[in-house]
Amino acid sequence: MLSVLVLMFSATGLFAQAGGGSSYFIYALVGAAVLIFFYLILQVSDNLLAIEAKQNGIEDMETNFSILPGIKDIFSAKLPDYTKGAPVKVLKRGHDILLEGEATKTVQEVQVSNYAVQPINFRGIAPIPKMLVEEGATVKAGDPLFFDKSNPDIKFVAPVSGELIAINRGAKRAITEVVILADKTIEYRELPTFDLEKNDRKALVDYLLGSGIWPLIRQRPYDCIPNPDDVPRDIFISTFDSAPLAPDLNFIIKGKEVAFQKGLDVLAKLTDGAVHLGLNARGEEAPSTAFTQAENVKKYWYHGKHPAGNVGIQIHNSNPINAGDKVWVLGIQEVVTLGNIFLEKRFNAQRTVALTGDELQTPTYINTYLGANIGDLLKDNLKEGNNRLISGDVLSGQQKASEGYLNAFDDQITVAEEGDYFEMFGWLLPLAPRPSISNTFPNFLFPKLKFHADTNTHGEKRAFVITGQYEKVLPMDIYPQALMKSIIIGDFEKMEGLGIYELSEEDVALCEFVCTSKQPLQHILREGLEMMQAQG
Amino acid sequence: MKESLIKFFHRIEPDKQKSPFLHTLYDGFFTFAFTPNHVTKGGVHIRDGMDMKRTMVTVVIALQLCYIFGTFNIGQQHFDALGMYPGVFEGFHLKIFHGLIQILPIFIVTHVVGLGIEFLYASRKGHPIEEGFLVSGALIPLIMPPDIPMWILILAITFAVIIGKEAFGGTGMNVFNVALLARVFVFFAYPTYISGDEVWVSGIEKSGLEHLSIQYGWVHHLLDGIFNSFGWSTFGPGGIPTIDGYTGATPLALAAKEGWEGVTKVYTETQMWWGNIPGSIGETSKPLIIIGALVLIGAGIASWRIMVSGVIGAVVVTLLMNGLVPDQLGPDTPGVFKFMAVPWYYQFYMGSFFFAIVYMATDPVTASATNTGKWIYGFLIGFVGMIIRVLNPAYPEGWMLAILFMNVFAPLIDHYVLEANISRRLKRAKAKTVTAG
Repeated sequence: MLSVLVLMFSATGLFAQAGGGSSYFIYALVGAAVLIFFYLILQVSDNLLAIEAKQNGIEDMETNFSILPGIKDIFSAKLPDYTKGAPVKVLKRGHDILLEGEATKTVQEVQVSNYAVQPINFRGIAPIPKMLVEEGATVKAGDPLFFDKSNPDIKFVAPVSGELIAINRGAKRAITEVVILADKTIEYRELPTFDLEKNDRKALVDYLLGSGIWPLIRQRPYDCIPNPDDVPRDIFISTFDSAPLAPDLNFIIKGKEVAFQKGLDVLAKLTDGAVHLGLNARGEEAPSTAFTQAENVKKYWYHGKHPAGNVGIQIHNSNPINAGDKVWVLGIQEVVTLGNIFLEKRFNAQRTVALTGDELQTPTYINTYLGANIGDLLKDNLKEGNNRLISGDVLSGQQKASEGYLNAFDDQITVAEEGDYFEMFGWLLPLAPRPSISNTFPNFLFPKLKFHADTNTHGEKRAFVITGQYEKVLPMDIYPQALMKSIIIGDFEKMEGLGIYELSEEDVALCEFVCTSKQPLQHILREGLEMMQAQG
Repeated sequence: MKESLIKFFHRIEPDKQKSPFLHTLYDGFFTFAFTPNHVTKGGVHIRDGMDMKRTMVTVVIALQLCYIFGTFNIGQQHFDALGMYPGVFEGFHLKIFHGLIQILPIFIVTHVVGLGIEFLYASRKGHPIEEGFLVSGALIPLIMPPDIPMWILILAITFAVIIGKEAFGGTGMNVFNVALLARVFVFFAYPTYISGDEVWVSGIEKSGLEHLSIQYGWVHHLLDGIFNSFGWSTFGPGGIPTIDGYTGATPLALAAKEGWEGVTKVYTETQMWWGNIPGSIGETSKPLIIIGALVLIGAGIASWRIMVSGVIGAVVVTLLMNGLVPDQLGPDTPGVFKFMAVPWYYQFYMGSFFFAIVYMATDPVTASATNTGKWIYGFLIGFVGMIIRVLNPAYPEGWMLAILFMNVFAPLIDHYVLEANISRRLKRAKAKTVTAG
């Protein structure tokens, strides 16, 4: 940059001389030289400061050691004061999809009769796990139901007590659902007492493996169940969800603060690194004190649009995953379940789930348990019409029939209208407003407008043509399009080099949403991750 | 109404197995009229309203001002050469209709040939018609000289679409900008039709030593009949001699010989800025191209990075050349020095820099894909193009060649940007292990 400037100066100089020359020109040149000189001094001293800071071991993210205000400080978005001066990572790229049908902040009780554990929710296990109980048996909440043959120590347990009424199978006899007809009041299997202080990590891991919490921990890369022999580099927890219509985790954590803190304490014993908590600096109000005053953790504030709340984005922007690294991630409700194993001595799979979407009569929060039946959850709440039930959010959730069950890691159900209609000149003159990041729609004039979105693709699939649009919504130092192409051609070296380990489906979901060519990016990424995993 | 229309469309749908070409054609027109009822499956459940058709049509809309002005300017240049109707609104209908007579056949032939090939390939390969040619087809007429013979146009488009695009796998896979490939084909295969002083003004031919306007054809005569009935001025039979000293030379041709002084002897600055000069059909009017550029940047379709860095590249190289010229320019100084001495802001008054950098360089398929790459790519286009324009006596204008040249290098630029990303990642991992160990 500087060299270009100098080049231009010298060139204008020559030109001006050719035009006759003047003393003003000399003054200007001297002035410029003086400015450049001071700039250089500032730069050098500034860099010395940064080096000093590094040597003193202060290399926490994004602290500005410079004597100059960084460009960020001058132009950055107004940050809330509840962060109390703690460094905030501002993520410039991203997009919040505002939809109608946000859940009102009330918790309702819903009668759910069936619950299911779905082996396909858990990546990294064989499609046909070994069953421990027969159909017709009665189980307590926390009783082991099955295990994966390659890892017999990891037990998958019942979320509720009741009768095991069905083992549903899918293609190639893979077990898709282990269904339990729940008791009216849930009985729990009493867990043995475990002293956190006296026992070592090995004993703790063995204890957790049998408790049922282990499958609810996910390992990045690959989003799979962690191997009990691995020690994670760090553990990451995002305390906010920025996805469309996502539940407010501050609301969900209410009344569970103690269990949450207990869970964090346990996690701290599982890693050599630290437990990292991603805090929300987006809202007007401060996040719950359960998050901001959590102990035994490293806290990071994030300000930015979706996907800032995704744990993968937070990992990348604080302590990125390098080749060979393994880190663990948990949702806050999984941390609460973990904490309750030590506080209540039982596997408490209670979940607060947001029912969202404008095809619901009353979008609200409900208290239920892991793997609840979706039809039961939404009973008498659906509007008329052809609707799609989604476990999760509209970007990375999974379509479910009303006989289906809530997926293990989801704290949200979204109902969206099916968009199977023809639209006359829909590409040219769309009549109904629709979410889009493109300025060819007048959306940018109404930044607060909430949309009714349906599942129409709004166009056909095409080859990759537009460039740079994924980067606009992915706050990572990654070139998603180049990565996708390397996956499609199966170039392992490129995939690893371009950072496939740092991505999970939910991170590229927004890229898939904005894709002009309507490419299935999440699907492509999963294929790539599976290829990498198969390679070892 | 809508339902019955859709029903009607479904009734006339040709069988895909029996007549694939007709089915592709039908599919193309049906999806033009109606966005299909596809719903998302797996992956995201809602999709952005933006699709390829909307992207492409935005570019076509941004080009419309160039089309309107281009049509007018064909007529304006024609009558300017004859010394008739100098004012903008004098003989306005004659200028517009003369322009239409020239541009409509070019436009129609471009689309019939280009889209025809596109449909044929789509039906043979069994994929839906891709929208790429919507933009190429809108660009090609604007970068051709107004009197281009149709058979050359047909050859050029056939070459560009088949060799330049379909051979590589269709829209999104091509290495070279399709529109520029059509132009470069004419440029190298039939140079007399697209270079020199005489091709840029429509309807003027050389007979002996003097230039005459052509003998108008039957369309002109037909129109004359209509104009007569309104009492308006008419074309007449044609064969009118041009004004004294008429050469038809473009500003660039003049600048190459005598520098900026030579240009301003013939054209005023305002005239050049607004585009009232001979040239390819759509590239002369700078303000209208800038409006189109703002539309594209505002809509987020074209890359502002390429445009900005292209301007920077052109400015830098002009300043360098300014610095290299001798102090005194006399009548004996070679023309190239005089051209080199033209200040950077005047360089933008001449030639087709704006059109090239706004519409040609920003083609997302053939440009660099990474944002860093776009800065480099745009800068080098500006840099190389200006060198070709000023220093190379064989080619009067440099942008077409510079962009095609940089098209070749775009993947290389991207490769190094990606390599930098990869090595950043490796370095990060190494730094981590060092501190840990």
